[in-house]
Amino acid sequence: MKTKKKWNDWLWIWSALYLSLGFFNIMFAWLGLICFITPLLVAIFGKSKAYCNSYCGRSQLFNLLGNKLHLSRNKPTPKWVRSKWWRYGFLTFFMTMFLNMLYVTFLVFNGTNGLKQAVKLLWTFKLPWQFAYHGTPFIAEWTAQFAFGFYSIMLTSTVLGIITMILFKPRSWCVYCPMGTMTQTICRIQK
Amino acid sequence: MTKKNAVVDKEFCVACGACTKVCPKNAISVFCGKYAVTAENLCIGCGICEKICPAGVIDIMEARTL
Repeated sequence: MKTKKKWNDWLWIWSALYLSLGFFNIMFAWLGLICFITPLLVAIFGKSKAYCNSYCGRSQLFNLLGNKLHLSRNKPTPKWVRSKWWRYGFLTFFMTMFLNMLYVTFLVFNGTNGLKQAVKLLWTFKLPWQFAYHGTPFIAEWTAQFAFGFYSIMLTSTVLGIITMILFKPRSWCVYCPMGTMTQTICRIQK
Repeated sequence: MTKKNAVVDKEFCVACGACTKVCPKNAISVFCGKYAVTAENLCIGCGICEKICPAGVIDIMEARTL
């Protein structure tokens, strides 16, 4: 087994730090865009899933919790999770909710709606999150709305990932991760 | 003596690379972000990748006799 650790083997710290920072200042949520844009750029221009394979902090976090800390039951992931309809269905649902989040941000930008200082968990449960909002004296309110929305997505997907990490294999989130499905599709349609 | 190899179901592999991190022989890699492939000459059929694979698409099978 490979024992020599490389710098990118520590990226799980980045993932854990990102989730923690959202409890202190919601504006840190913007940093999560890195985890959205980098894998797409690598897939389009690098023609690989190097991001998933070596640089995804979340997968390392799940591996750490599930394999090193033995928090996973380590049972086989159900076969339907890897099916095309589930993976693409979840991607479609995820993107729909992402677009909805952008629309809510637009409504705040437009002045139609006010800023909602809440994090929506699993697209259902509204958690009051005022404690992490310290106002935007110099920047527009929509930037905070986007931060709340984006953090909701990141927290929700982490919670889903932790649930399947416990129930099945540690990295079972990777099977239906929307970013993973997207980058694999990009790689598959390329020559 | 029959040799055993890790065989990947390319259709359902999610190309996450979990297998590449645990292989003691560096015999498995993700091909162009599409799916994992085994280098049959390096694979010792130990089954570590089969156990870690979150999608359950790796099976240890007897190598085809050429």
